[in-house]
Amino acid sequence: MSTEAHQAPPPSADELRQRVRDLLATHDPATTERVEFLRARFDAGLAWVHFPVGLGGLGLPRVSQEVVDAELAAAGAPDNNPRRIGIGLGMAAPTILRYGTSEQQARFLRPLWTGEEVWCQLFSEPGAGSDLAALGTRAVRDGDDWVVTGQKVWTSMAHEARWAILVARTDPDVPKHQGITYFVLDMTAPGVQVRPLRQLTGEAEFNEVFLDGVRVPDSQRLGAVGEGWRVAQTTLMNERVSIGGMAEPREAGIIGLAARTWREHPELRTPGLHERLLRLWVDAEAARLTKEWLRQRLAAGQPGPEGSAAKFAFARLNQQISGFELDLLGEQALRYPDWTMRRPTQVDMLGGSPGFRYLRAKGNSIEGGTSEILRNIIAERVLGLPTEPRIDKDVPWKDLPK
Amino acid sequence: MSTAPSTAHDHTHTAGPDLLYSEVEDELRASVRALLADHCAWPTVLARVETDEPYDVGLWRRLAAEVGVAGLAVPEAEGGAGASWREVAVVAEELGRAVAPVPFLGSAVLSTVALLAVGDSALVGDLASGTRTAALAVPLSTAPDAAFPGGVRVEPGEVLTGAVTSVADVLPADVLLVPALGEAGPALYAVDRAAEGVTLTGVSSLDLTRRLADVTLRAAPGRLLASGTAARDALRGALHTGAALLASEQLGLAEQALATTVDYLRTRHQFGRPVGSFQALKHRLADLWVGITQARAVARYAVGTVADGDPDAGVAVAVAQSFVSELAVLATEEMVQLHGGVGFTWEHPAHLYLKRAKADAIALGSADHHRASLAGLIDLPGVPAVR
Ligand SMILES: Cc1cc2nc3c(=O)[nH]c(=O)nc-3n(C[C@H](O)[C@H](O)[C@H](O)COP(=O)(O)OP(=O)(O)OC[C@H]3O[C@@H](n4cnc5c(N)ncnc54)[C@H](O)[C@@H]3O)c2cc1C
Repeated sequence: MSTEAHQAPPPSADELRQRVRDLLATHDPATTERVEFLRARFDAGLAWVHFPVGLGGLGLPRVSQEVVDAELAAAGAPDNNPRRIGIGLGMAAPTILRYGTSEQQARFLRPLWTGEEVWCQLFSEPGAGSDLAALGTRAVRDGDDWVVTGQKVWTSMAHEARWAILVARTDPDVPKHQGITYFVLDMTAPGVQVRPLRQLTGEAEFNEVFLDGVRVPDSQRLGAVGEGWRVAQTTLMNERVSIGGMAEPREAGIIGLAARTWREHPELRTPGLHERLLRLWVDAEAARLTKEWLRQRLAAGQPGPEGSAAKFAFARLNQQISGFELDLLGEQALRYPDWTMRRPTQVDMLGGSPGFRYLRAKGNSIEGGTSEILRNIIAERVLGLPTEPRIDKDVPWKDLPK
Repeated sequence: MSTAPSTAHDHTHTAGPDLLYSEVEDELRASVRALLADHCAWPTVLARVETDEPYDVGLWRRLAAEVGVAGLAVPEAEGGAGASWREVAVVAEELGRAVAPVPFLGSAVLSTVALLAVGDSALVGDLASGTRTAALAVPLSTAPDAAFPGGVRVEPGEVLTGAVTSVADVLPADVLLVPALGEAGPALYAVDRAAEGVTLTGVSSLDLTRRLADVTLRAAPGRLLASGTAARDALRGALHTGAALLASEQLGLAEQALATTVDYLRTRHQFGRPVGSFQALKHRLADLWVGITQARAVARYAVGTVADGDPDAGVAVAVAQSFVSELAVLATEEMVQLHGGVGFTWEHPAHLYLKRAKADAIALGSADHHRASLAGLIDLPGVPAVR
């Protein structure tokens, strides 16, 4: 954590508001170019106030962001379109903050936050998904560089990305968790090839990424050689706990869409669907309140393991509600707007068609750790239940069955 | 940036009530839990269920005297602690966790809400101190939005005649609060348990730790507490707050069921390894933990809206009863199943939890009933009946 944050007492809400007004006074959103405004906001420490001074923040508790966001929204200021840069904001940034050198932090965080540089996550491989530690992409030291060769898969937004967070094997002779190193990879470097990978929705938001002798300078290593597994834990924890700063209103998620269809189309109602809808509405409300509970905990400085519960519940709920929507729509649900292969730049569950929602929601229990893996984590790390007997922990990676 | 010594916590925007437990609540919980650990361990509870005194009145007096649990939400001027239903909910969680056989729900919640509403300070004060207890004479299954009960009539001379079945916490009660229909419509009366014409018949109850009795009144003398709308509102308010607090009790049941089951599966060995290392069971317990995490947020929200007089309380309580009832039943059913044969025996506490959870799910309106009420509150109307 930053030392600056502890030198001066934190500003009050009023002082924070004043700071926002100062920004707005010098950079009128109506006349300032979007990127200029975002850069100025970052430099004023109003990007993510819980980050250290100098890196877009003020070393404040996360909860203070609400004041800033509300004030900026009221002034009609542009935002950084967080949905387009979710991987950068949610995964790369916290990892760089925790493990990056000050040079790396200074280089990467500002354009990451403003959205000038999009990030992707080169973790999964054809042979290493849930069992990420089994990964086989090799990084071999050569002078001041590492030479990376291998294949990554299901890489969301690689086609948009300027940078990637990458885990690669630097030592095949030790057990799998030990021989991994974490890098930042330039997606424009020679030897990086991105191929669209079409999804069951028809479009391709994810990709296959082939790495063929890609040179990565050692200055782009995050954390020590062989420490990649530990560094990756920071990334994955943040992936699962991306709870926003603002309280979520009732019916904000896809339950709101289902409820609207129900209200507007009495002719579609049946008793069985009514029972299902009420149950789903209650479950959605329970999930919303759980997020609110978590948000209050984070604000009070008590993060808990409940973030994985929220992710898990969200996946199940989205799948159930989107399935309900199709059943409710009946004949209309037999049509799908368009199977044309596209390259989206962000995932838009609420804006898509009901058919898209139903299909896209299937990914919610796979991406970012499958629901089965989340259950394992909850059972072992939260409830303290014993692990299953394992055969892969102490064997050198090169000797594991593949 | 100014260096004025202030904090960034002075803008605690929250959507509605605070859902977390305060330090005061944590201390309250610790006191209740310590007292229950000393005087209400499950073997003690189990030993009592087949005696002539299924309620532990001594324990209740002690909880009231030493921790003040009976009057937490009662204003200080009326002999209480001047706290709120939020604190009471913490007590409900702990009493649920211990399946404590005390008249908490009937006296400290249902009767206390009704008496506060009608302004009977004297009786409220007695209940708050634990020196006397009262019971609300309605079937335990009565939902907050049920029609005003018509089983008891007011007869000339302010005497009551009629019958009420399945009343909870009435066996140890000193006073009965009886909804009755008179010439002028609904009314609420206080009836002395010892008065002429009052008969209680104990019922063999599904829930061994919250016993029911059937009440018969034959020209029993009553003291009018409220009539008309005031009586109706007092009853509805009592049942509504009761339903909110019941969710916290159900949360306590579920948490204890999960904790006991996890402990057992960590030590019980079969096939040369702890049974808890089998993934089929781990996933079931993980699901339960996720559900309990949600139930906690839901129950805290319900009691928070009730405590704050928030207009969303109607929705919040219906959501809580829909969600937490089923979760608590599931948790206790899993408790029985995952303990195997041991969990099926009388000598193991699992059945006390199962029976309480199932009875609680029916109490103060079933999950199904609350979902139906919710439909009206959130504008998701059902299908008109086709004939
Ligand atoms: C929409 C989408 C976006 C994605 N984006 C990215 C990305 O940007 N970057 C990236 O690196 N990856 C990404 N992924 C990949 C994702 O992280 C993996 O698909 C996921 O971790 C599962 O790995 P797998 O596909 O190899 O399945 P497997 O691990 O082969 O699992 C197959 C099945 O077995 C189950 N299973 C596996 N192990 C266990 C176990 N120990 N116990 C019980 N069940 C088990 C799984 O739950 C699953 O049901 C994305 C995936 C999707 C669907």
